[in-house]
Amino acid sequence: MNFSKSFRNIFLVILLSLIVSACATKKTTTKVEGQMQGDIYTGTDTVKYLADGVPDRVFFATNESILTTKSRDTLRKQANWLRENSSINVVVEGHADERGTREYNLALGERRANAAKDYLITYGISADRISVISYGKERPVDSGSNPLSWSKNRRSVTVKAN
Amino acid sequence: MIRIFNLTFLLFLFLITKANSLIEIDITRGNLDPLPIAVSPLFQDDNSKKNSINELKVENIGSEISSVVENNLKTSGLFNPLSKEAFLQKPDIAHLKPRFEDWALIKAQALITGKVTIENKKLKVEFRLWDILAGREMMALAFTTVPSNWRRVGHIISDKVYERLTGEKGYFDTRIIYVSEEGPKTARVKKLAIMDQDGFNTKYLTLGNELVLTPRFNPTSQMVTYLSYFKNLPRVYLLDIETGTQEVVGDFPGMTFAPRFSPDGKKIIMSFAKDGNSDIYTMDLENRIVERITNHPSIDTSPSYSPDNKFITFNSDRSGFQQIYVMKSDGSNVKRISFGKGLYGTPVWSPRGDLIAFTKLHKGKFYIGVMRTDGSGERLLTENYYQEAPSWSPNGRVLIFYRETKSNDKGEGFSAKLWSIDLTGYNERQVQTETDASDPSWSSLLSN
Repeated sequence: MNFSKSFRNIFLVILLSLIVSACATKKTTTKVEGQMQGDIYTGTDTVKYLADGVPDRVFFATNESILTTKSRDTLRKQANWLRENSSINVVVEGHADERGTREYNLALGERRANAAKDYLITYGISADRISVISYGKERPVDSGSNPLSWSKNRRSVTVKAN
Repeated sequence: MIRIFNLTFLLFLFLITKANSLIEIDITRGNLDPLPIAVSPLFQDDNSKKNSINELKVENIGSEISSVVENNLKTSGLFNPLSKEAFLQKPDIAHLKPRFEDWALIKAQALITGKVTIENKKLKVEFRLWDILAGREMMALAFTTVPSNWRRVGHIISDKVYERLTGEKGYFDTRIIYVSEEGPKTARVKKLAIMDQDGFNTKYLTLGNELVLTPRFNPTSQMVTYLSYFKNLPRVYLLDIETGTQEVVGDFPGMTFAPRFSPDGKKIIMSFAKDGNSDIYTMDLENRIVERITNHPSIDTSPSYSPDNKFITFNSDRSGFQQIYVMKSDGSNVKRISFGKGLYGTPVWSPRGDLIAFTKLHKGKFYIGVMRTDGSGERLLTENYYQEAPSWSPNGRVLIFYRETKSNDKGEGFSAKLWSIDLTGYNERQVQTETDASDPSWSSLLSN
C-alpha cells in the first residue's frame, strides 16, 4: 500500500512536470515548486514510513528549527502511533543541509531533533522513550546541490530504536 | 599504534654569520616578485650513494632532499627556485666556495648548497645559504639523523632558509591532520588522516567504521582532539598519535563537539549540546574539571582561544543569526565582533594573536577572511561555492581550509579538497591529498 501511494505521488510529479514543460516555460526549475513551500520541502515521495500511514520525517526552513503546520501534523501521527506501540522507543535524528559550516550544523541538527522530540512529548510520549542524535550535514538523503535537494536534507527523522 | 614522531634530531649549529645581507623578503604584503633562489643538489659521494640505495632505495638522496626544499620554497610563494639546468657550478665545488659571478649571471640572489653522507645507518646533512649579491655565507648548519628521516631534513632546511630570509619562523616541518573522505555524498566514509605539510607520508589513523570530524592538534604535543560517532554517540575524543591511545573527553549526557585545545595544551574547549541548546565548556586535562563557559539559549559553538589564553572567540546565533563573538576566557564580557553583511562562522584565533580567521556566507557564496580581534579591518581572502574551516600555519602567515564543489542533480561532480592561501590573499594553492579531504588542522613546528 505504501508502495502504491509513493508510486501515485511520483506519477503525480511526473504528470505535473509534463504539464509544466508542456506550457513551454523558459525555466524548468518551476517544476520543483509544487514540492516546496518557501524553502521547506512538502513532498512525500522520498519519505519512508515509521509505520503504515505515519511519515518518519519533517522538514525545516534554512537555519530554522520551527515546526510547520505540516510537520506538526506528521508528528501528531507519530505520537499517536507511539502511544499505540508503547514498547517501541525511537531516536530522532536531526539533519542540516550542506550550505552551512560543519560545527554550527551539528548544533542546528540537535536543535531540530529536539524540536521534534519536544512536540512528541507534548503529545504524551514519555521523554525517556525518545533519544536524539544530530548528524549535522553528514548524512544527506539527496546528494544534489540545489534548493530542492537542500530542502529534503533539512529534516528530522524518527526511527525505531529497538 | 603508529610511531611517527620517535626520531630525534641532533642539530649542530656550525655558525650563523650575522652578515648585513642585502637580501631580505617582506612577507607582510603579497609577494608578486618572489626571490630568485638557486637550490643546488646536495652533493653525495659514491660510497654514500651505495649506502643510500641500500638504506632508502634511492640513489641520489642529495637531490631528493634539495627537491623537498625547492618545492617548499616555491609553494610559499615567496621564492622562485631557478632551473637546475642553468647551474654552472658543480654541487661539491659550490658547497665549498661558490663562484658568485656564475650564480649572479643566472640572476640568483640566494644559493643553497650542501653535502649528504650516509654511513653506519646515519644520515648526515650539511647545508649553507649564500648571499650572492653580497658574496658571502649567511648560514651553515648540519644535521645527523636516521636515513628514513630525510624528508624532514629537507623541511628543516626550508624552515631555516625561510627564517633567515624573512625574519619569521617557517612552517615546513609540520603536519596536517584532516578527514579523508570517500564514497557517495549520501554514504560518505570518513577517516582521520595525517600527512606532512607537503602532502607526503600520509597515514590513516582510523579505519572509517565510524564517522569522524574536526580533528585538531594540540599545539604543544602530539595529541589530537576530534569528534567521533563511535557507537553512535557523538563525543569529543582525545587521541595520542604516538601511542594510538584514545579516550572520551569528559562524561557528558549528550553530544560534545567542536573541540580545540587551549594554546598551552592543558585544556580542551568544546560545545556540549543538550535539549536543543549548545553551550561552551572546557575540560582541564590534568584534573578533569569541567567548567561551563557560556550559558545562553542560543547555539554557542566553534570556540577558539587567543594565544595568551585570556580570551575566547566563538560562534553564536544569539543575535538571530550566526555571528562571531569574543569573550574573556571565564565567559564574561561577551562582545559581538562581526557586523558585515551575511553569516559568519568558524572563528579561529591567529597564533600571532592579532587576527581572527573565519568563514563567511553571503548571497550564496562562501568566503575565507580575517578580521582584527575587535572586528575591525575585515578582509576577505577568497570566494567560492563552498569553503570553510580555516586553520593557521604555526607562524600565522598561511591558512589551510577545505573547499567543496557543487554536485549536479544526480550528486555527481562533488569533491572536497584542501586549499591554502596566504594571509595577503595571494598564493592560493590546492594541497595534494590521496583522497578527498576536509577539516584540516595544522600542527606546530615539530623541531626548533
